[in-house]
Amino acid sequence: MKVWVPCDAAAVACGADEVAAAIASAAGLRGEEVEIIRNGTRGMIWLEPLVEVERDGVRHGFGPMTPEDVPALFEAGDHPKALGPVEDIPFFAKQTRLTFARCGRTDPLSLADYEAGEGWRGLRRALDLGAEKTVEEVTTSGLRGRGGAGFPTGIKWKTVAGAEDAQKYIVCNADEGDSGSFADRMLMEGDPFCLIEGMAIAGLAVGATKGFIYIRSEYPHAIRTMVAAINAAQSAGIIGDSLMGQGPAFDLEVRVGAGAYICGEETSLLNSLEGKRGMVRAKPPLPALEGAFGKPTVVNNVLSLAAVPWIMTHGGAAYAEFGLGRSRGTIPIQIAGNVKQGGLFETAFGMTLGTLINEIGGGTASGRPFKAVQVGGPLGAYHGPDDFDLRVCYEAFADQGGLVGHAGFVVHDESADMLALARYAMEFCAIESCGKCTPCRIGAVRGMETLDRVAAGDREAIELLHELCEVMEKGSLCAMGGFTPYPVRSAIRLFPQEFSRIEEAAE
Amino acid sequence: MTKDDRLDAILAAHAGREGALLPILHDLQAEFGCVPADCYQPIADALRLSRAEVSGVVSFYHDFRDAPAGKHVIKLCRAEACQSMGGAEMIARLERALGMKIGETKGDVTLEAVYCLGLCACAPAAMVGDRLVGRASSERIEALVAEVSA
Repeated sequence: MKVWVPCDAAAVACGADEVAAAIASAAGLRGEEVEIIRNGTRGMIWLEPLVEVERDGVRHGFGPMTPEDVPALFEAGDHPKALGPVEDIPFFAKQTRLTFARCGRTDPLSLADYEAGEGWRGLRRALDLGAEKTVEEVTTSGLRGRGGAGFPTGIKWKTVAGAEDAQKYIVCNADEGDSGSFADRMLMEGDPFCLIEGMAIAGLAVGATKGFIYIRSEYPHAIRTMVAAINAAQSAGIIGDSLMGQGPAFDLEVRVGAGAYICGEETSLLNSLEGKRGMVRAKPPLPALEGAFGKPTVVNNVLSLAAVPWIMTHGGAAYAEFGLGRSRGTIPIQIAGNVKQGGLFETAFGMTLGTLINEIGGGTASGRPFKAVQVGGPLGAYHGPDDFDLRVCYEAFADQGGLVGHAGFVVHDESADMLALARYAMEFCAIESCGKCTPCRIGAVRGMETLDRVAAGDREAIELLHELCEVMEKGSLCAMGGFTPYPVRSAIRLFPQEFSRIEEAAE
Repeated sequence: MTKDDRLDAILAAHAGREGALLPILHDLQAEFGCVPADCYQPIADALRLSRAEVSGVVSFYHDFRDAPAGKHVIKLCRAEACQSMGGAEMIARLERALGMKIGETKGDVTLEAVYCLGLCACAPAAMVGDRLVGRASSERIEALVAEVSA
């Protein structure tokens, strides 16, 4: 019997290790031969631990499993947690999995599995095409930065490729700090060679020989998996002195963050990588010209780099066929929080917010009415049911005063206290501000105080809060101070009564 | 090995490395449970920085401690996805049950806030030592704390 039990941190947090141990011991008791493979997660987190058992060549799902559910796996008859063929589960079947094609199917650290699933084909093609044509292919794909800013990846690469320097770097931003986001973590834990391949292609394309993956310290599992995968790729001669033994040198190293949200901002990340305080840098100079250690540097998010192997394997034009408007390709949406079916759903840009929350997510986990969804992390706006027609793409959300960001969607039910959430947005900014610019450093603290005045019924405080938000938006050096007003102002716009209820009571 | 030997070994392991300061600080904290202030000068000397620069970096990052934490560190996520699933209430209940607040150490146990563990689709989330906890409740975390500190 062949059995898969995910090793992803979310599965482990829900008891996957205990389930795997129970399967091993049940097999031992029965004297049955069972091969247990620790795969990545399929992304259907509400079903984790999601165990898969191969029957007649088809992988059948069972979940969410507990150790008590294990003995029935070995018995004839219907299992209470049976889900049928795992790839027929609607949440999975409805996806367009390009970046996450392998994630959940394979043993993350098996080079054989990776190779069998189209692995290294993109890199081989890039080696055949050469640097210039590789940059062209990525430009054709229309891929834009998946970290949040949405800057065209091809243009960034072209800038670095054109910069003259003996040393250039590829830096992967794996400082995924947004609440509601876990796609980077899932990819690194579930298909680490995909990121390695994407970075190797980037290195080849721009003439960089060294890459760093900056991973937040809150992700110990991802760090372990990436380090092991890099070691395996080095031993196999895929990266190192020469890419696949025929290309230029390219080597990789993991660097670990130290609990600072701001280091997800690219210039702050570069300072941190250099061993400095994670303070934001003013631009220009662009990191593409003066990035890590003052050298030309590509800084890309995990998902941007992990999209590249598919693009190079199937062609930029094939990738660009997916999507909407200027948002091309697929976006790995992470739907989380108070939602019945939380997880990762990769789909072409263009799905409506309402479909995502009601059909894909299945509504709230609590069963209470939906209230609001925060899109794009702690700096993203809240959206209510009036926005359910909004299509997931960079432009549509920007037009509504919001952002797609890293595509984390956090659902709240009617019990959510919007004033408390607005105050939390300011508090988080105060805790995590790097302190370089005044609107962010002081503004966030004043924002908390002003929201406390609002809560106490001060009529003038709301007006003041709007002015403060304006100053933060227009005057901050980066998105931390600049976007913190988004959740605050959207909460006030959607639920004005919650910001004046005390005032009414006081009258 | 004396403390100085252990520090020297860590510094030597990172000699010549680009941007070595954070990796050094992580190793020191793994070795000593914190970044002791009397290490600042030797680090500064090894990396040709000023003591103030080293101190500035240590103080910038939430991870680095100036004194060791309790033997068992419990991290509770305060971020939005966990709030949407009753995380704040869970933290309040746990604080009452353990008789301590976030940021405090009592006996062997340190209670800390964390801002996202990437377990947002199985919230609320926590970490007890090295162990991740999804779909957490105050009862479950209390039981795990009792288990590890037994």
